[in-house]
Amino acid sequence: MNSSPILAGLAGVLSSAAPILFAVIGETISELGGVLNLSMNGMILLSAMGGFAASLATGSILLGFLAGAAIGALVSLIVAFSSITLKQSQVAVGFVLALLCRDLSYFLGSQIMGQTAPRLNLLPIPFLCNLPIIGPLLFNHDIMTYASFILVIVSWFHIERTTPGLMLKGIGENPRAAYVRGANVNRLRYIYTVVGGAIAGLAGPLYSLSVKAGWKGTISGLDGIGWIVLSITIFGGWTPFRAALGAYLFAFLQWLGLILQPVMPNVPSQVLQVAPFPLMILTLLLVNISNAEWMERSLSRLPVPVRRDILKVLHSLNAKPPASLGVPFDDES
Amino acid sequence: MIVEFRCISKAFGAVKANDSVSLSVPEASIQAIVGENGAGKSTLMKILSGYLCPDSGQILLDGKAVRINSPACALRLGIGMLHQDPLDFSPLTVLDNFILGSPSRFVPNRRKALEDLAGLAGRLGFSLSPDARIDALTVGERQQLEILRLLWLGAKVLILDEPTTGISLPQKEKLFVALKTLAAEGMSIFFVSHKLEDVESLCGKAAVLRQGILAGTMEQPFDSKELVRMMFGKDLGPATRSCRENGKPQPCFNLEVKNASMDGTRFRMKGIGLQVQAGEVIGLAGMEGSGQELFLGACGGLVPTSGGAICLGNAGKAMTGRTYHDFQGSGVGYLPAARLEKGLVPGLNLAEHYVLANRMPGFFIDRDKALDLADSRIAAFNIKGGPESPAESLSGGNQQRLLLSLLPDNLSLILIEHPTRGLDVESTIYVWAKLKERCAQGASIIFISSDLDEILQYSDRVMVFFAGNVTPPLDAESLNVQRLGELIGGKGWEALQGKKEAHQENKELEHA
Ligand SMILES: Nc1ncnc2c1ncn2[C@@H]1O[C@H](COP(=O)(O)OP(=O)(O)OP(=O)(O)O)[C@@H](O)[C@H]1O
Ligand SMILES: [Mg+2]
Repeated sequence: MNSSPILAGLAGVLSSAAPILFAVIGETISELGGVLNLSMNGMILLSAMGGFAASLATGSILLGFLAGAAIGALVSLIVAFSSITLKQSQVAVGFVLALLCRDLSYFLGSQIMGQTAPRLNLLPIPFLCNLPIIGPLLFNHDIMTYASFILVIVSWFHIERTTPGLMLKGIGENPRAAYVRGANVNRLRYIYTVVGGAIAGLAGPLYSLSVKAGWKGTISGLDGIGWIVLSITIFGGWTPFRAALGAYLFAFLQWLGLILQPVMPNVPSQVLQVAPFPLMILTLLLVNISNAEWMERSLSRLPVPVRRDILKVLHSLNAKPPASLGVPFDDES
Repeated sequence: MIVEFRCISKAFGAVKANDSVSLSVPEASIQAIVGENGAGKSTLMKILSGYLCPDSGQILLDGKAVRINSPACALRLGIGMLHQDPLDFSPLTVLDNFILGSPSRFVPNRRKALEDLAGLAGRLGFSLSPDARIDALTVGERQQLEILRLLWLGAKVLILDEPTTGISLPQKEKLFVALKTLAAEGMSIFFVSHKLEDVESLCGKAAVLRQGILAGTMEQPFDSKELVRMMFGKDLGPATRSCRENGKPQPCFNLEVKNASMDGTRFRMKGIGLQVQAGEVIGLAGMEGSGQELFLGACGGLVPTSGGAICLGNAGKAMTGRTYHDFQGSGVGYLPAARLEKGLVPGLNLAEHYVLANRMPGFFIDRDKALDLADSRIAAFNIKGGPESPAESLSGGNQQRLLLSLLPDNLSLILIEHPTRGLDVESTIYVWAKLKERCAQGASIIFISSDLDEILQYSDRVMVFFAGNVTPPLDAESLNVQRLGELIGGKGWEALQGKKEAHQENKELEHA
């Protein structure tokens, strides 16, 4: 079969996007509730290191993932406490935590660098994996990749179709109105921030036990992923399916960088490795550009039918963040 | 349900918002709560609805003392409140807003909610599209939704905090019919308002609050003079009439709009022409979202025009495509309706607002000077608050006074959305007196209002907007409330159309 290397590559895109997906969905949940968790970059590194160390020590992959989730939950608990209870700036706290956790992971992880821990195995799904094209593409992955598919659907269902999901949007949009409708806003914000953190914390071990197995300290290649996660969350417009699209787009760009390297020997390999990052920011810019006033102004010089079409496309792409993202809530009584 | 307040007191710092208020309201009645801005009306209602806890005092429902410590708890007891600013979720749909907060299953039963919504809406004569997003609705429709939601959740006591500010005349009539139906069915309704006509036509009893104290109560038929005296502790003189009477407008133009067009989300407006003379007041009437907001924004450079020209000053300086900043530089001031969101900076105190508004030259802030400046402006505009009080702690009326006091002195064109929305009678008269002063100094004013009386009373000429259609400027003296109401509702435009064409022909003849 001629197409099989491409198919394998695309399957690889799906599995290498899995950790990004976990992180993006976790962040989306937290931000929908109104808490901006900027610590993502450090949190992923620390949970990658912690998860690797845990499964190295115990020999259990499961414990590795649990450790990652626990670290994610713990870091986001700090974010939640300082922003919800202490009402401090979420940006400042998140940023400091991002730097702190990153350096902490390098420091604590220095002893276990380069060792080999258990790895997540492939788990082809019987029968389904033998289907043409979609078999190798969708049904020949490790368990966490399947979980990432399910996560997208489950989180979408929770956010868009259930009563608590509606309230989640409510507390991030207008916490005062949510309070009047009976929500315990700050408790819900705690819960969703910590749950979101725990989900995002799974991204770390998913890297260190599967996608980029091992812990190599500063050259693990994980630094920066967390920042991209934050931008994909915006790209995703705080909806799981669009977020998944963003995650796959990013993983696809990374894969393109890899396969283009032999084809374009003149381009330094670093350029192709780094290219997905600015490209991602660029798409983000494009998606949200119709928010900008200068854009409207410059568009206003175009003839009406053209402008209307452009605006229609731009507005349909455009997503508004939860109105109270980053704003602490105080009930007045 | 019989609602009784017993000696309710609530203080915010040194301000006694409610001071030992006692009041009993029988079921199947509509009780008006009136009083000047900052009298403590909202505070008392928030205490009943569980949004605020009283410092002391008791609330009795049907004779039983109850503790209401959260809005959810109040709703369980059957008390629902429509807040002064709508508390809903703008990116969500009508149906989602309806469901949100109801004690429903994990996966809500949308079909049942939809049926209930349609049933309740039909009973009260409201029509809401369940799939519309809240940010596409008018304030009136958002109110209707909130009322339906509270009824659905079993409210037997309904509190409406200034429900008639910002809704159109037909919406108001619909609301009143609905409220009367509900009261006849046994509901106790609290109706907070500044408009005495509304109180007179709707309520059986009125309670007057003044500076946190219950100043008195009155039953139908009301003596409005006496009510006003109870509210303000004095009689109020008649409002100033249109400034035409104060002298002929000088032949000097502050604004010329030539054949302008603008794009709204739902319609396109074309061929708008207007010349505003110095000292003139132009009122823009129409249901919310009919295009008047776009037009006013375009006059201030906040909304881009898609055709035509906008010129400022007697020299006709072309401003098309310029930013608000350029307009500001040419003497245009804009007062938005959403005071706290767009006009003021929550978190900054009054003195800081004056410094920000460029009333202070220099790079460093001279604190003493800033405080002096603030003191003098606060005194000049009669604002209830100190230089150190944050903007958001002022009551609605005082926020409006603050906005006015921030306007620079040498403006030639003042654009205002709803200049007196939510203001008490005294403040309304006061605000317009201040605006008229500006007119006498040669400024022009264009304002939007949903209060037809205000439009007719204060404007020299009126433009009516209906779904993106605009009348030519009409002489205010040739209009009355009924005619204006019809135009706003889209009736009687054919006659105008003829006039407009004639008007244009005349112009062409003039040019030729
Ligand atoms: N959260 C708060 N913090 C501090 N002061 C407050 C607060 N809420 C209200 N006040 C003050 O309490 C007083 C009563 O306010 P309230 O909002 O009850 O007035 P109101 O009668 O509803 O006025 P309006 O007609 O302007 O709405 C005002 O002086 C106001 O400044
Ligand atoms: Mg009030």
